[in-house]
Amino acid sequence: MSPISSSAPLIGARRLRLWPAHRPGWAIIVAGVCLALIAMAAVLAPWLAPHDPLQMSPASRLQPANDTYWLGSDAYGRDLLSRVLYGARVSLTVGIGSALIAVVIGLPLGILAGFFRGLDAVVMRVMDGLMAIPNVLLAIAIVSLTSANLWTVMAAITIPEIPRVVRLVRSVVLSAREEPYVEAAISLGSSLSTVMWRHLMPNTLAPLIVMATYICASAILTEAILSFLGAGLGTETPTWGNIMSEGRTYFLIKPSLIFWPGLMLSLCILSINLLGDAARDRLDPRLNKRGGER
Amino acid sequence: MTAMQAMPPSPTAPAETVLELRELVVRTQSSPAKTILKGISFDIAAGETLCLVGESGSGKSVTSLAIMGLLPKGILEVARGEIHLERQALLSATSRQLRDLRAQRVAMIFQEPMTALNPLMRVGEQIEEVLVMHQRGLSSGQRRERVLDMLDQVQLPDIERVYESWPHQLSGGQRQRIMIAMALILEPRLLIADEPTTALDVTTQQQILKLIKALQQRHGTSVLFITHDMGVVADIADRVCVMRHGEVVETQPIEALLRHPRTDYTRQLLQAVPSLRPRPAREVMSPEVVLEAIELEMRYGGTSRWQRLRGQSGTGKLAAHDISFALRRGRTLGIVGESGSGKSTVARCVMRMIAPTGGGVRVLGKDIASLGRAALKPHRKRIQMIFQDPFRSLNPRLTVGASLIEGPVNYGTPKAEALTRAAELLALVGLPEDALERYPHQFSGGQRQRIAIARALAMEPDVLVADEAVSALDVSVQTQVLALLADIQQRLGVAVLFITHDLRVAAQICDEVMVMQQGEIVEYGPAGEVLGAPKHAYTQSLMLAAPGRHWDFAGFKPLDEVYRAERPGVSLAR
Amino acid sequence: MFSYCLRRCLAAVPVMIVVALFVFLLLRLSPGDPAAIIAGDMATPAQLERIRASLGLDQPLYLQFFQWTGALLRGDFGTSLMSNLPVTQLMAQRLEPTISLALFSIVLSVVIAVPMGVVAAWKHGSLIDKAVMSLSVLGFSVPVFVIGYLLIKLFAIDLGWLPVQGFSRLSESGFLPFLQHAILPATMLSTIYIALIARMTRASMLDVLGEDFIRTAHAKGASEKRVLFKHALRNAGVPILEVIGTGFALMITGVVVTESVFNIPGLGRLTVDAILSRDYPVIQGLILVTSGVYVLINLAIDLSYALLDPRIRYQ
Repeated sequence: MSPISSSAPLIGARRLRLWPAHRPGWAIIVAGVCLALIAMAAVLAPWLAPHDPLQMSPASRLQPANDTYWLGSDAYGRDLLSRVLYGARVSLTVGIGSALIAVVIGLPLGILAGFFRGLDAVVMRVMDGLMAIPNVLLAIAIVSLTSANLWTVMAAITIPEIPRVVRLVRSVVLSAREEPYVEAAISLGSSLSTVMWRHLMPNTLAPLIVMATYICASAILTEAILSFLGAGLGTETPTWGNIMSEGRTYFLIKPSLIFWPGLMLSLCILSINLLGDAARDRLDPRLNKRGGER
Repeated sequence: MTAMQAMPPSPTAPAETVLELRELVVRTQSSPAKTILKGISFDIAAGETLCLVGESGSGKSVTSLAIMGLLPKGILEVARGEIHLERQALLSATSRQLRDLRAQRVAMIFQEPMTALNPLMRVGEQIEEVLVMHQRGLSSGQRRERVLDMLDQVQLPDIERVYESWPHQLSGGQRQRIMIAMALILEPRLLIADEPTTALDVTTQQQILKLIKALQQRHGTSVLFITHDMGVVADIADRVCVMRHGEVVETQPIEALLRHPRTDYTRQLLQAVPSLRPRPAREVMSPEVVLEAIELEMRYGGTSRWQRLRGQSGTGKLAAHDISFALRRGRTLGIVGESGSGKSTVARCVMRMIAPTGGGVRVLGKDIASLGRAALKPHRKRIQMIFQDPFRSLNPRLTVGASLIEGPVNYGTPKAEALTRAAELLALVGLPEDALERYPHQFSGGQRQRIAIARALAMEPDVLVADEAVSALDVSVQTQVLALLADIQQRLGVAVLFITHDLRVAAQICDEVMVMQQGEIVEYGPAGEVLGAPKHAYTQSLMLAAPGRHWDFAGFKPLDEVYRAERPGVSLAR
Repeated sequence: MFSYCLRRCLAAVPVMIVVALFVFLLLRLSPGDPAAIIAGDMATPAQLERIRASLGLDQPLYLQFFQWTGALLRGDFGTSLMSNLPVTQLMAQRLEPTISLALFSIVLSVVIAVPMGVVAAWKHGSLIDKAVMSLSVLGFSVPVFVIGYLLIKLFAIDLGWLPVQGFSRLSESGFLPFLQHAILPATMLSTIYIALIARMTRASMLDVLGEDFIRTAHAKGASEKRVLFKHALRNAGVPILEVIGTGFALMITGVVVTESVFNIPGLGRLTVDAILSRDYPVIQGLILVTSGVYVLINLAIDLSYALLDPRIRYQ
């Protein structure tokens, strides 16, 4: 008797989804390096930054790039490069923090909703309602009711992301609980918590990892939009969004105030999305569809 | 129409060859390339039915796709060889020529009638599309006329209505008739049928096989029929080509093959087919009833609020009704029925995967039908299940060892002790001890089914419920697993509730048989009586529809000869 | 079909209730004094007292909720702090630019994205496919305002083809000036939507192209074009429609940012103004209205499935 891998039936176009396996292409490697550099900039900002990002000097407003200000200075004479480096801190914190919190809250809710029908009805109605509120508007409302600090901004960004996690986990659980091995576990006298944690939960991990990367990217984007609209952190904490927000007035004279933070932001989100796509192809090809629904 | 009557094709004129395969080699386009077909050759003459038989992985479906030019792009490719359809080389044809060929000269029907039709097009339109594409000159009125005529030929009722139907409104058998109509409307020379009846119930299967044969005779079509079922082969083939691991093992006229197989492989394949004759009755081991169902009832879905609002009564579907049976220690009770008969519902009620809506289930005398989750736990141990799909019944993320000890540990056995016991159980089901450390994907389907049996036995149950436990396995593996079950039953005295659609399997493993139809028991008694001399019309129709029922495969001769030898003067013919 | 439509419509009701409840609780459960938030920083104690009374803050929470939703149903969304005008009136004034811009963008997106996705799926693995997928990832990743400023820099400043900012109402000055002003914002707004729809079209088409009935169509001798458009695309339709609906949320975000970048006097601009002046009643009204529109659009899309799929129609 040979192991099944060598005698697996190769029949029917449907089961023949053997797309050529993805080797990590150059795009993935570039994305990884890019993200690593941004993370380094965030962690090492106090040592890397040539100036204090908050230090105003009215004498040197809107300087072009020169030996002192490598990327030039903003309307208050603050060093653009230093501000952009510090901006990476907020973006990455918000991105990673939101993804983690959304998963930590959404995973148990999704598992329970997928398992208990009564709970499911209630939880999913609430999630549908939350999904119906455009996430930036919801975040704006939350921030405008409280004072904007890192925690409220993160909460405002995370709350609208939770329904996506819950829906994903629930759908995975709903299909996994029909698997015979789950029924077998029940007939072996396993407790509900064993069934959920040992047999159901591991099925959700691969899609969750992928989902977490997408949430991370989307949270960074939302934070930037909030800051850009003036509903985010104040300018005493430099973020890519509020640097651009301040730069809008001077866009015609000095586009680099928008160009540099915009470039960093785009690179950061692009890298995370590319890594997320790679993780999806590797971990869970079935997620193609759900991954598309972002 | 039976193998006995099968004639060599048109003995008067030398048969013209319709399809010719020469040394066909198909391989994967991955690197390193794997060869799927290792040089296949066979011919099909005009009007002939050639059966391509083999177990999974033999390459029989790939052969058919290669002929149609439908090998999945970028995955499989023809490396060498030739395919000629009426002397036209197919492999060098342009894609345009191939398209014109399809439906006009060679057509194909598939295994899954439920998914083979476009769900968003009316079935009449889908048949008509063939005419639209290949017969440009016809007016829409003429096309409709042709389609209706074809619907009539495939013996569908109420053809005007069927023409306007959507696929989801038709049954599996009806959809397969639509597929046949679509395939034969342009009277192609060759019809390729890839397991066309495997997904259907036996009675429907018989009707479809008859239909294919009738249309074949009317239009003089050659048929390449792909199947794994020796019974079907015996019923329809003129010649048989046996395949294994991408090679042709032997090709012979049907009767010669069944009587005098030339190779050991074919011989094994035939011997593995269980006989329809019930095995001799076994002695009762113990009078103790371990499992009893009393007027069990399961109704799905009650009256919805909306229905009550409109004054309708409950449309809840009665999946099982008035089911009573008793299973004694060491015995095997078979529940036999077609899809939708409610046999799996009974299994799930007995396992308490679902709560029955009425009646009782007694395990060792204790009624568990309405127990709650916690009260159920001590009784779960007594009754264990083996599932149909060996690829889904083991948690892919747990080692075999972890799966085997899960149950005993739940009931307080220390882990070390449970592991020792698990190793013994693996030996019992015929697997090496090092299997404990490995993961399910490292095993074949048959091996996984053995592991699933070991997992059930680890609980030392009194009852095993086997729900179609061998249906997904190749016949040779099926025989081994059935032998294992019988052996275990002998040694441990466990009772088995065996749910199956396969009368042959039921005849060989069951002591008692219960036949179900639409949620009710139609016949229940000793296997020898129910399957040997069925009284109820439904059981009789099931037995009559069983493919290859006139042939004793393991004995290499027709059953008539067997009976004549045993009881001169008596014939099976009814 | 009737019962399907009815069920879909009824299902939209609890969603709207949850939205209302959430917005309601957001204000009541926030750390500050609700009356002070509604009244703004400049309010006198007397004004505060009046607002407290009108909110019914001394009553039990559920009564407050019923009163509040009752007012909403009568079209009373409260009064803006800045302009002292009813919120509904403010929103009505700003409706036209936003709707014309959004419709323009949706049509633009669908017309561009669906063919992109179909071709990518058809030529799966080819250079075209890779290009479409790369563009789509890029569209997701580059923030909408960065795209906006790039467009302005290129087409308005450097090339001088189009106006930098501003808007021209379709109803006042006709189509050509509208197009001139709308083309950059619509492009900006469409980018992420195109990325989303193209990606989903491709995924859904790939899914369908692996189905058995596609093999049947090939076996019938159908041409590639016929298989693609007659058999595959319609079957791929439901997920594509679904993503057009759910993607509308992105559109709303996009509108806020776009109108702010291009200085368009629509609902988005109103949102930004309300944020900057902490005009909570306006923000609240905008959330309720946009959520309502979102729910309605998705309801319409749900209902359109019935036209597409006979299995739903005959449910």
